[in-house]
Amino acid sequence: MSEAELTEEEAEEAEAAAAPPLPDLTYTDQETDLRSAVRSVLEEKAEAAAVLARTESPDTYDVGLWRTLAAEIGCAGLLIPEAQGGAGASFREAAVVCEEIGRWVAPVPFLGSAVIATVALLELGADEPLAGLAAGTTTAALAVPFDSLPGARPEPTVRLGGPAKGDPEGTYRLSGTVKGVADALLADLLIVPADGVPYGLYAVAADAEGLTRTPVTSLDMTRQLADLTLENVPARRLGGGRAAETAVFAALRAGAAMLAAEQLGLADRALEITLAYVKQRYQFARPVGSFQALKHRFADWWVAVTQARAASRYAAACLATGDPDADVAVALAKSVCSDTAVLAGQEMIQLHGGIGFTWEHPAHLYLKRAKSSALALGTADRHRAALAKLADLPPA
Amino acid sequence: MSSADLAEGLREQVREFLAQHDPATTERLEFVRARFDAGLAWVHYPAGLGGQGLPRTLQKVVDAEFAAANSPTNRPERNGIGLGMAAPTILAFASDEQKQRWLRPLWTGEDVWCQLFSEPGAGSDLANLATRAVRDGENWIVSGQKVWTSSAHIARRAMLVTRTDPDLPKHKGLTYFGVDMTTPGVEVRPLRQATGEAEFNEVFLTDVVIPDTDRIGEVGQGWQVATGTLMNERVALGAFSLPREGGMIGFSAKTWREHPERRTPGLHDRLLRLWAASEVSRLAGERLRQQLAAGQPGPEGSGAKLVYARLNQEIADLQLELLGGDGLRYSDWTMHRPDGADFYGRDSGYRYLRSKGNSIEGGTSEILRNIVAERVLGLPPEIRLDKDKPWKDLPR
Repeated sequence: MSEAELTEEEAEEAEAAAAPPLPDLTYTDQETDLRSAVRSVLEEKAEAAAVLARTESPDTYDVGLWRTLAAEIGCAGLLIPEAQGGAGASFREAAVVCEEIGRWVAPVPFLGSAVIATVALLELGADEPLAGLAAGTTTAALAVPFDSLPGARPEPTVRLGGPAKGDPEGTYRLSGTVKGVADALLADLLIVPADGVPYGLYAVAADAEGLTRTPVTSLDMTRQLADLTLENVPARRLGGGRAAETAVFAALRAGAAMLAAEQLGLADRALEITLAYVKQRYQFARPVGSFQALKHRFADWWVAVTQARAASRYAAACLATGDPDADVAVALAKSVCSDTAVLAGQEMIQLHGGIGFTWEHPAHLYLKRAKSSALALGTADRHRAALAKLADLPPA
Repeated sequence: MSSADLAEGLREQVREFLAQHDPATTERLEFVRARFDAGLAWVHYPAGLGGQGLPRTLQKVVDAEFAAANSPTNRPERNGIGLGMAAPTILAFASDEQKQRWLRPLWTGEDVWCQLFSEPGAGSDLANLATRAVRDGENWIVSGQKVWTSSAHIARRAMLVTRTDPDLPKHKGLTYFGVDMTTPGVEVRPLRQATGEAEFNEVFLTDVVIPDTDRIGEVGQGWQVATGTLMNERVALGAFSLPREGGMIGFSAKTWREHPERRTPGLHDRLLRLWAASEVSRLAGERLRQQLAAGQPGPEGSGAKLVYARLNQEIADLQLELLGGDGLRYSDWTMHRPDGADFYGRDSGYRYLRSKGNSIEGGTSEILRNIVAERVLGLPPEIRLDKDKPWKDLPR
């Protein structure tokens, strides 16, 4: 037979060869303490009815909650080294914060500001804006569409113009549009990629003349997107060329990994809420959770969450140490956690029955956040395509 | 003493042992018996029973030292059920005299053990078993039929569950024995399976005389002992994680790379999904191992077998399609008696068929979902019709 198969010896060798050691995939005590601190804030301030009501209010982001998390708990500066005013923690801790935010579908710009924008600024070595971010007094966003794919440079839709007459030294002018930016509505500082020679990243103040932020009616109103229009907006250059590109790559990769952690938290809490419901909901004179047709769905859901947790922890651990396997780890985590979160959102609605389809019940918030985050920063399918490259499994 | 000190102490012990028992010249049985008597068989077992009462995680230190010296082994692959299931049952439930009598030949491989649990009328519903044991002075007289017994044809002893009181409800009238398979009245017949061969057996028991000294646990305590045995029946978690592509997905990845002409978009999508799922399941296994090592066993183990069974089946299915015309050929339908399932040394057609058993053996995937739903997620149990009635009055 011409089967391409490992011989017995080859398989045994492969088995015997000790696999490269894997990083710690559990939660450290410190990470668990951080989780408790974040959770106690969210329990009080991100209660479901309040989160739901906010989605129909003018301020879809919860500034008060964000200030508490960012400054009091110190979440905003987790990824920033102590020398630059931050907490000097790692992606492992940031992932735990994301899990909690996902659990409560909380409307705060942690991902956009404390992860994506922060990583971009760290990569660029932009110390001055970082100080404000670390203190929680500045909120920033990287002005790229939320559906940007890590590993590919988002095509800049903003063009560079020369300084206007009377501009101070070092001022540039930007014009163009960026559609569907996450966490930009609350940002004081926008980091805008712009075309020119070279490609560069520019700092734009949110109140700069010529900048319009139009709130988007978003599928997920717990993370409302914004369309940005720039008309000859004054900007300051943060970095250009290769450095700018590297910064965007790193920011989007970190964003995908931390979004995966958020998806994990979402899936886990959706499971908890739904379990509690079917244990006390009676039909046919018994709890509906005693029906095997439902129990098996819960078992599969729980298994999916345990698998997603391993993938998410691995991605966080790889990013924390700069492991060479980080690209694989992030693609795995984002693909698996995206699928798991969407499954969770769907199951949450279906297993609640009629109440799960109402506006008053938070299940739809979970589904919308799950589906939106599955579309953001690379779909599961896109990340599997990335794995095909990384793992040398080329397409047909 | 720190774990590192203990490990070093063990290495020293092995070195001394090897100095006195040259692995190149000492006869195999003599070598492994001496290793048992030196407390270097399973270090987590008590002193005098092949161990030293040390943490289980240190076993790999000892195994690595012996392996590095090319030592003769106790052929654990021939006695998986004995080592993995019978030994912990004996340790937990047997008398001191039985431990002394049984554990040494079990570990050395002189006594292969098998498991006489399932019956034609008691599969998933094991507690419904009908094999009768009737007291006769210092002995028990046992008659009945067991099925799906791996290794019965090479086994010297068996874990046997019998019904000693049909008037009690089904879980209460059971008694457990360690039976000598050479006793007259024990007849082993091969049970041919879908792969063409017979890994398993049917075992017919006709007026088999078992001394009361071979009873494990109290009369009527059989269910508790059997449950203890079954706790150990799950996908054995190796001491080390396999490397990436170290499992069955490795065959498919290899075929894919070597045969560009067989690639299609649909197969590519399936391959990537399974590659990602295999990798995540590997990470989940490692996470579980880390939790156990840290003394925080999680419930994730219950889900591991569900994932393993599904992945094995889906990967084996994909692999046949990757083989094109070769998928139409099978290695050998001749009836023979392998030692066990072999997912690495055999052809793809065999793996395709053999993996169908993975979701049945050791608890069907449906029963495992019930277990996850009830024991992990706390969902209400099935409505039971059989719990409080005498076993003899149950419909069958």
